[in-house]
Amino acid sequence: MTEAKMIVQHNALHQGAGRFYRSLQKSIDKLTREPLGMLGFAVLALLILVAIFAPWIAPYSPITQNLPQALQPPSWTHLAGTDEFGRDILSRLIYGARITIQTVLSVTVIVGPVGLIIGVVAGFAGGRTDAILMRATDIVLSFPSLILALAFAAALGAGLGTAIIAISLTGWPPIARLARAEALIVRNTDYVAAARLYGASPLRLLFLYIAPMCIPSVVVRLTMNMAGIILTAAALGFLGLGAQPPSPEWGAMISSGRKFMIDNWWVAVMPGIAILLTSLAFNLVGDALRDLLDPRHARS
Amino acid sequence: MPVPDSTSILTVRNLNVNFARSTLKAVDGVSFTLGAERLGIVGESGSGKSTLGRAIMKLLPNSAKIEAEALEFAGTSLGEASEKQMRKLRGNEMALIMQDPRYSLNPVLSIGNQVAEAAKLHLGLGKAAAYKAAAGMLERVRIADVERTMRLYPHQISGGMGQRVMIAMMLLAKPRLVIADEPTSALDVSVRGDVLKLLDELVTENNSGLILISHDIRMVAAFCQRILVMYKGRVVENLVRLEDAQHPYTRGLVAAMPNPRHPVRRLQVLDRPSIDAAEVRS
Amino acid sequence: MIEVENLEVAFGKGGNLKQVVKAVSFSVARGESLGIVGESGCGKSTVLRSLAGLDRHWTGRISLNRQSVDKNRTIEQLLLAQMVFQDPYGSIHPRHRIERVLAEPVRAMKKGGGWDRVPKALERVGLPAGFAERFPHELSGGQRQRVAIARALVLEPQILLLDEPTSALDVSVQAEVLNLLSDLREQQGLTYVLVSHDLSVIAHMCDRALVMKDGVFVDELDRADLQAGRTHAEYSAVLFQSSFL
Repeated sequence: MTEAKMIVQHNALHQGAGRFYRSLQKSIDKLTREPLGMLGFAVLALLILVAIFAPWIAPYSPITQNLPQALQPPSWTHLAGTDEFGRDILSRLIYGARITIQTVLSVTVIVGPVGLIIGVVAGFAGGRTDAILMRATDIVLSFPSLILALAFAAALGAGLGTAIIAISLTGWPPIARLARAEALIVRNTDYVAAARLYGASPLRLLFLYIAPMCIPSVVVRLTMNMAGIILTAAALGFLGLGAQPPSPEWGAMISSGRKFMIDNWWVAVMPGIAILLTSLAFNLVGDALRDLLDPRHARS
Repeated sequence: MPVPDSTSILTVRNLNVNFARSTLKAVDGVSFTLGAERLGIVGESGSGKSTLGRAIMKLLPNSAKIEAEALEFAGTSLGEASEKQMRKLRGNEMALIMQDPRYSLNPVLSIGNQVAEAAKLHLGLGKAAAYKAAAGMLERVRIADVERTMRLYPHQISGGMGQRVMIAMMLLAKPRLVIADEPTSALDVSVRGDVLKLLDELVTENNSGLILISHDIRMVAAFCQRILVMYKGRVVENLVRLEDAQHPYTRGLVAAMPNPRHPVRRLQVLDRPSIDAAEVRS
Repeated sequence: MIEVENLEVAFGKGGNLKQVVKAVSFSVARGESLGIVGESGCGKSTVLRSLAGLDRHWTGRISLNRQSVDKNRTIEQLLLAQMVFQDPYGSIHPRHRIERVLAEPVRAMKKGGGWDRVPKALERVGLPAGFAERFPHELSGGQRQRVAIARALVLEPQILLLDEPTSALDVSVQAEVLNLLSDLREQQGLTYVLVSHDLSVIAHMCDRALVMKDGVFVDELDRADLQAGRTHAEYSAVLFQSSFL
């Protein structure tokens, strides 16, 4: 590569970075005007850090049993108390954050693209393709997700992987519906008409013109969905169909704490608080993202 | 031309409107008085003409800051009026006609019921009598098939018909002040004249004042007795006849409109630097 | 340049069939500027969209540059005519930078990268080269309409179809855009079909105007007629009267 070419490339790179930096700056600017959204982002950032550095943060092992210390109330040695096997609940919650984040991310990575593509194709193609895809969506949508997950877990054996697949299977239809609705609007805009006039192929229209316009609302919806995913995952864990003991899944922790609830409230309440805070944070972030990405919902 | 009524309906002195986080004034030191007459406010988008109309009705969002030395309507100071008082005034004493009437009408109420509601409210009539009065009013605003129209819903009627319905409702309310913000720009050319004529009848009959806000300087000149020309939030000229225009902005606006009677190869465009310079000098 | 015979457009099916355009025929000579004037719903935009190839519900015969065109156009046929839309806020992709907007036609037609044509395209419509970097929301309505005109001209079509190109703009901006359109036609020998509800714009821009009502042409006015306000039909007389109060 000649030097001149390299300089040009370097400049282009530099320019791109500058653009990115400017738009990032703008987004952060906007975000500072949304204190609740900031709080949500902060909680999530904390959760992710905790999940990454769990082995260094957690004061005790999450699995090693210590029966003499069983069912201790919250104290300075065990901030969130201990469970029936003498395990430190705070440490289990910290490790449990890893499972929660893993579940949420895996489901989102599966559900997002699948829902987006099905919805956009249905909205853009219209006619018979639309009818077939949307009826399929309706059918899946009419399954109660927990029941489907139960059946799935019964067939494949309980475990975190099964839970993820089961939640994903029932998670894409709302995304597809949303993407289709957006695609229907974008399909009829003048800029798509202009693109047809200069001969843009259907694939080009789909991926360069229509899909990018649907992504912001899909991202917002996915973030809002994350709260629901956490709850479903916890419910599966509670029923014993998610991550298997002794792994510290939050739902499973509530389930085992249920037996001691009357005398030892902290065993069930602590993971409950963790679930509550996390899903609340996801909802707040979703709201903030909607204001950032979707100008139609802008509060003026 | 009739002499404007000396008893003023609306007095505006040094009105300023600021929007939050913006140092620029949307409306900058506007003063005028309105009697029982037709006053036109002309300007391009961003000139502050619509903001001015909404500031008088106090319909601006909370982020807007309205300041005025005087803002008096028929003896009451609007500046000090509470939101409750304003709501009462807006329904009865002052009215706003907007560009698309289909958004101002209640979408889930049929036209007949809506007009009858106004009759009940303002004339104190019973249900059957109100319905009859509504039919009479719709006939007055020259709606062809009154019986059928009264059963329709706002989304089923055309823009021109919607504007007539709005005017019919106002004829019942008899407001002292009517602010019409681009009442004809969503309408077809051939019905514009009719709507303007009805508006004129409305204000002459009630002896009320009309503020017509529009971008169309020729239409405003033909219809109004007085014209205020707005540019960047300020009133740059107060005219009785368009031909007397002195300000470069007003003259530029007139020259920029294509006129088939005086064909030109190229249209004159606004010389913005010289307009801004004229503004600084004045 | 354009010949249209017995163009009919109908939407809907069976009992709901709505005939929007009823057997209209007209022709436009090379370099001519034809205006179609009418009120909302008269079918004027539908005629234009059929000419462009956007509406596919038409029957009859349309030929551009002496070759008959079908409902599905080939690349060569698309290259003949491009369109400028009414709403400058909706006709440009909101997430594409202006350089991308202007390069896309070339790229979509697989005629190279297109980026090299951006500076010239901007210059042609009187916009500074720095605008290439911007997003549409950073431009005013008039500037966007200039970009839309530049985009239509990037492929060097001979026919420009204009659908109410200035009715969303302020009067002073309208004057600038109309001047730009007149200049471009003179420089490049373009053929225009201009659709508008505004008789004064039509009279200013066009050599000839067709007055449309309920899907048919009720009057044809030449330049002298337009200037003198001479009409041959009752409807166009009404239109003249209410356009110039």
